[in-house]
This record gives sequence, C-alpha cells and structure tokens, in this order.
Amino acid sequence: MTQALLEVRDLRVYFPIFKGFVQRLLGGGDAKVHAVDGVSFSIPEGQVFGLVGESGCGKTTIAKTLVGLVRPTSGQIVFRGGDVTHPNRKALFRLREQIQIIYQDPHAALSPAMTVGEAVADVLRTHGLPSEGGVRIQLKSDDELRAAVYQVFEDVGLRPPPFFYDKYPDELSGGQKQRVVAGRVLALRPKLIVADEPVAMLDMSIRARMLEFLLELKAKHNLTYLFITHDLATAKFVCDGIAIMYLGRIVEMGPARTIYADPKHPYTRALLQAIPIPDPERRSTKVLPKGEVPNAVWPPAGCRFHPRCPAALPTCGWEGRDVIALLEERWLSPELAAREADAGPVEVWEANGLIARRDVEKGDPAAVQALIRGILEEGGGPMAEAIRSIRVEDRAVAVEFRPPDPLGPKEVEGRMVECLLY
Amino acid sequence: MTSLLETRGLSVSFETPEGPVHAVKDVSLRIERGTTLGLVGESGCGKSTLGRAILRLLPENARISGSVIFNGQDLSTLPAKAMRDLRGRNIAMIFQDPMTRLDPLMKIRDHFIETIRAHDPTVDVDGAVERAKKVLADVRVPSDRLGMYPHELSGGMRQRIMIALCLLFNPALLIADEPTTALDVILEAQILQLLQSIMHEYNMAVLLITHNLGLVAEFADQVAVMYAGIIAEEGATVPLFREPRHPYTQGLLRSVIDLETQTLYSVPGSPPNLLGESIGCPFYARCEKRMDVCKSVFPEIRLVGEDRRKVACHLY
Repeated sequence: MTQALLEVRDLRVYFPIFKGFVQRLLGGGDAKVHAVDGVSFSIPEGQVFGLVGESGCGKTTIAKTLVGLVRPTSGQIVFRGGDVTHPNRKALFRLREQIQIIYQDPHAALSPAMTVGEAVADVLRTHGLPSEGGVRIQLKSDDELRAAVYQVFEDVGLRPPPFFYDKYPDELSGGQKQRVVAGRVLALRPKLIVADEPVAMLDMSIRARMLEFLLELKAKHNLTYLFITHDLATAKFVCDGIAIMYLGRIVEMGPARTIYADPKHPYTRALLQAIPIPDPERRSTKVLPKGEVPNAVWPPAGCRFHPRCPAALPTCGWEGRDVIALLEERWLSPELAAREADAGPVEVWEANGLIARRDVEKGDPAAVQALIRGILEEGGGPMAEAIRSIRVEDRAVAVEFRPPDPLGPKEVEGRMVECLLY
Repeated sequence: MTSLLETRGLSVSFETPEGPVHAVKDVSLRIERGTTLGLVGESGCGKSTLGRAILRLLPENARISGSVIFNGQDLSTLPAKAMRDLRGRNIAMIFQDPMTRLDPLMKIRDHFIETIRAHDPTVDVDGAVERAKKVLADVRVPSDRLGMYPHELSGGMRQRIMIALCLLFNPALLIADEPTTALDVILEAQILQLLQSIMHEYNMAVLLITHNLGLVAEFADQVAVMYAGIIAEEGATVPLFREPRHPYTQGLLRSVIDLETQTLYSVPGSPPNLLGESIGCPFYARCEKRMDVCKSVFPEIRLVGEDRRKVACHLY
C-alpha cells in the first residue's frame, strides 16, 4: 500500500460570528459557522483526490486550512508523516514550499500591476530555486532569475517564454493566466497541489485542455492533487478517490469508480441526477431535493441532509424547526392556508431543539392540536413517525420529536457512507 | 402568423479608442410564442450583447443596426419612453447574479411596489403588495419574505424573487441571461423546473442565454450557436444535438465533460479578437475542416439539409 502523503483527522473549523457590542452584552454571542465539522480523509502519494460539494459545504475552507490560511479549531493534519496542524512561522514558510494552491480565478490570483514574469520571479526570489537534492539555491543575478522563469514558462507551455515574461495579466487569455498560476506554483516543486475549482472559470472549449495539462504536470513532476470542485462530471474524469461533502461533513467517500458506478448516499444521488445532460433525447423529470442548503450556524440535527432528503427515515433527526418549514411550504398554497388558518400563521410557531410550540391566546388549544396532528400526518411523511407527542400545555400547543439515532461513517460496499439507510 | 420576436440583420458594435469592436454581426433570429430559444456560446461571443440589444439596454458607445420586431412592431423606431414601458411589461429580463440586481437598501416589498408603480402609477401600495403576493406564490416564495432585505435571503430565493418581479405584467417574452450560472447544480435544476412550469402557466416564451450546452439540451426547443458575433448554426434542438453541422458546434459538443466522457477534447486555439474588420470565416483559425475559401470569403448563413437547419459554413 502506498503511504498517505496527507492525512486529515477529525478536522473542525468554526468561524465565530462577531455580533454587535450590545448583542454581545445581551448574550447569545457564541454563534459559530460550522464550516468544517469533523472531516477525516487521507491522500496517497501520486493520487488525485476529489473533494466535491456545493458552495458552502466547507471544501474551500479545508483547502485554506491545508495551506495555513485558516486555523483549524480542532483535529489534526499530518503531512509526510509530520504534524502540521499548527505550524509556526518558519514551519509554515517551509510547508508552503511543499503544499501549494491553485485558485479558481486566475485573474484575481495575479497582481494586475506585476508582469507575469515578475510574478513567478518573485516566488523564486523568496523561496530560492529548488535543485536536485531538495536544497533551494538563492539566485544571485537578475539574469539567472530570468532564465529560471523562462524554464518555468517552458514547463507550462507558455512559449516562447521571453514573449510572455513582460506581459501583464490583462494581456493574457484565461487559459494562459491559469498556466502562469500553475507555473508559479510549480516553480517551488511542491509535493501536493490543492486545486480549488481550477477550470470553473474557463470556457468549456478549452477546459479539457487545462485538465489534460494538470494531469500531464502531475505525471511529469510526480505530484499529488487535492482537487476541489462542485462539478461531479469533471471529478469523475480526473479523480482516483473522491469525498462528497455536505454542510461541513463528508457524506460518502471512496474510490471514484465505485461511487460513480453505484452511489449510496441520497445526496450523492441527488447531485448526480441534477447534472444537466447534453442530450435532448434523454430528457427526464428529475426528483430534486427540497429547498436549499441550510445555514451552517445551526446545522440540522442528526443527518444534516434530512430536511431535504427524498429517502429520509423517522430516525434521521427531525426537530422543531422542520415543523415550521413544513407549515411554510404547505401554506404557499392559498387554499391550504385558508383551510388550516387556525393553526397559523407560521410566525406564531417557535422551534427549540426537538420541540415546536405556539401559544393559543384565542380559541381552543385542543382544536389547534387536532389540526396540527392532521397536517403532520397528511404532509409530514417520515417526520410524522418521529413525533413523540403533540400536546396541549396550558394555553399552548407543542410538538415534540424523539431524538435521532446516532449517525457515523460506515463501510458499505467498498466505500464510506454516513447515512442511516445502511 | 408573425413570430413573437424577430431580429433582422441585427448588428452591434462598440466604439473604443482602438476602433470599433463588432460584438454582434448581422444576426437574424425568430422566437415563436410560448417556446424557448437557447442562445449558446462562450464568453465574449456576443450572446449577452444580443440579449441586451433586443431591449436596447446597451452603453452609449454601442451602435445598433438592423431591426428588432416584437409582435409585429419594429422596436428600433420606438421612442425611449415607449421602450421603457415595454421593458418589464412585454419583455422582461433576468440576469446571472440576482444579488447585484436587487437594491441592498430596499426591502423586497419595495422592489415590487416600485416595479408595479413604474408601469402603473394608479396602483396603490396595498394593491401592489397583493399582486406581489400572488406572483411570489407562483415562484413558491413565502410572502413573509416581502419584509426582508436581499441579504437576508438565500441565492435561490433571490433568483426566485427576480423571476417573480418579471412575472408581474405577464410578459410574452423573458430574456434569461445565464439565470442559473451563479447557482449550485441542485438549485440550478430547481430554478429550471420552476421556469419551465411558469412558462406554461403564463404562456411565456424564453430566450435562454447560456454557455451550458446541458441546460440548452434539457430546456430549449430551438438552439442558436453563437461564435465571434455570428450565428454559426441554428435549428431544432434534437436534430442539432444529434447531428451538429458547423465544425464549431461539433467541437463544442465534443468538449463537454459529462458523466459519460471517456476522452477529453478541446477546440484548438482561442476565439478571435473582434476589434476591427475581419474577412473570411471567424472560426477559420481554429477549424479542423478549414478550406482555402474559408480564409477569404465570409460564410453566409443558409439552410442546409432536410431539416432545413441554418448553418454558416462553406462545407455545405
């Protein structure tokens, strides 16, 4: 077995929300964005590992954490056998020679006031020119530096190099700029390249060329990639292993071939199904997850995908706010809103953990209780089966759920899945 | 019966210090009532400029020639005031990034009130809010969102609200310029499903401007492929995808990366500079089937084959 070049263990990255002064005085100031919430994976040397998910799932936060731009809240990062979770300044400087990042937008990654030749030269000036034995040699003269940059440009196919050296980013195409960025990264001879959506900004007629180029570089320089993308089709072509992320967690992970052949997690299936197929003769009606990715400040209980999941079970994590979401969705229909007016409006309902509650100031609480029971039974699906009680408390009605079943990663047919279906 | 919208020889150029940039060249297209035309092309091909030229939403340095006929009426002769009333009422437009199209300092409610009263000053605030609630229900947005500011809403909600604003006057045509490009794949599919059901409900035609061939394949009745300001190929979606005729269309379809991709392909070279006059076929430098004639003679678009598809290529 090949040794893991990078290993990430139970990584958590939370961002505190700095509320206003008054709000902090009044309390409630410990809200955090759970950007990455217990993620573990490892990348064997020489492989392309894909981190796939929608915006806000935490994939870019992981990328930034790996290159030391974001500090992890907890967990461990091991690179080439050594712990690099909290590197000091000097260690970070050395680490960056070995782990480099390519961003999505090459235009934003290059200074508009610097020629692209200078951009690469600057990196070589700072870190020295890597040599055979791994020693970095400081280049003394400008001529030496220029020659080294020419070599880099040659490597990334910017030919003839002197033609490109004095160009400003503005004067280059998107593909050429991405090559400059790749060159600047390669100049350091890194071991691991974190590629964060490297082709998303490029036109499709040249996207393939950039992917081929990245794979060529990998073969030529014995690189390992962490390939971050929202595009499952690109990931399928490029990656050896993939991890599908949702709201800070990995929901499915394993060899790309295994997962694409038979995706297990309902979220993976939803993502695959949502990809538009460029063949008008294969149009079909898609069954899509409801709603949108929820706020990562208060992620849903149990499985984070449960409120949207088409295959959810009663044990997946139903809670008070799911009742409110159901009422809101249901009462989009004016007809239902009128018929069930006594249970509403939505604003009078409040959720607190497993409980949803409303005060009944006027009218009969027992009638509201019966109405909400009917609504949940008719429209709640698996949510209805998760209810512990619907009760009248004084002049209020409360719906309480049973706590969810414990959820953790499980080995299923050659891959890891985090889902109660298995 | 006349088409809902027709462009005749529509050209747009931008005056720049370096000379004119010819963004759209002699484009003639038709959109029938209740149908979708997918206008597909890569960045800089002129597809957005074409969409904006229809509504005359172009900067001052733009020079438009040719004509735009909407419902039998020539829009190029329409006075500015009448044009302003037509926008939003008869032809509405949505854009890629809803966040930059909604005023961050205005509540959603006020966006609706302002839009409604701009076209119909006799409507009072309560009446406007009632109309807003109705279209919001059609795009499946709870009406309490009216009291919120754009930043309080998710990306999907914002785009739904943009669509709702377009629906207020039941326009016959919606120009959707990359309406889902800023959205994730599941949201994109949701918004497209929504657009599809609304098209039927409101009997609305859509000009879908996109770089995504997958979206066009799933959504459009007709496709026009744009390259360097010209329409390279145009026809019904199914036959065009089954048998693309223009070498650029062929290359573009081959370069799509989908779940079935076995080998990667990309069209060689990069798009031409649109500055100044050009002769010959704009795709000449990148074409794998180029002939001598292509270098010097511009390929006029003409009907090719039994399905009478329009193709601008000397091969046919």
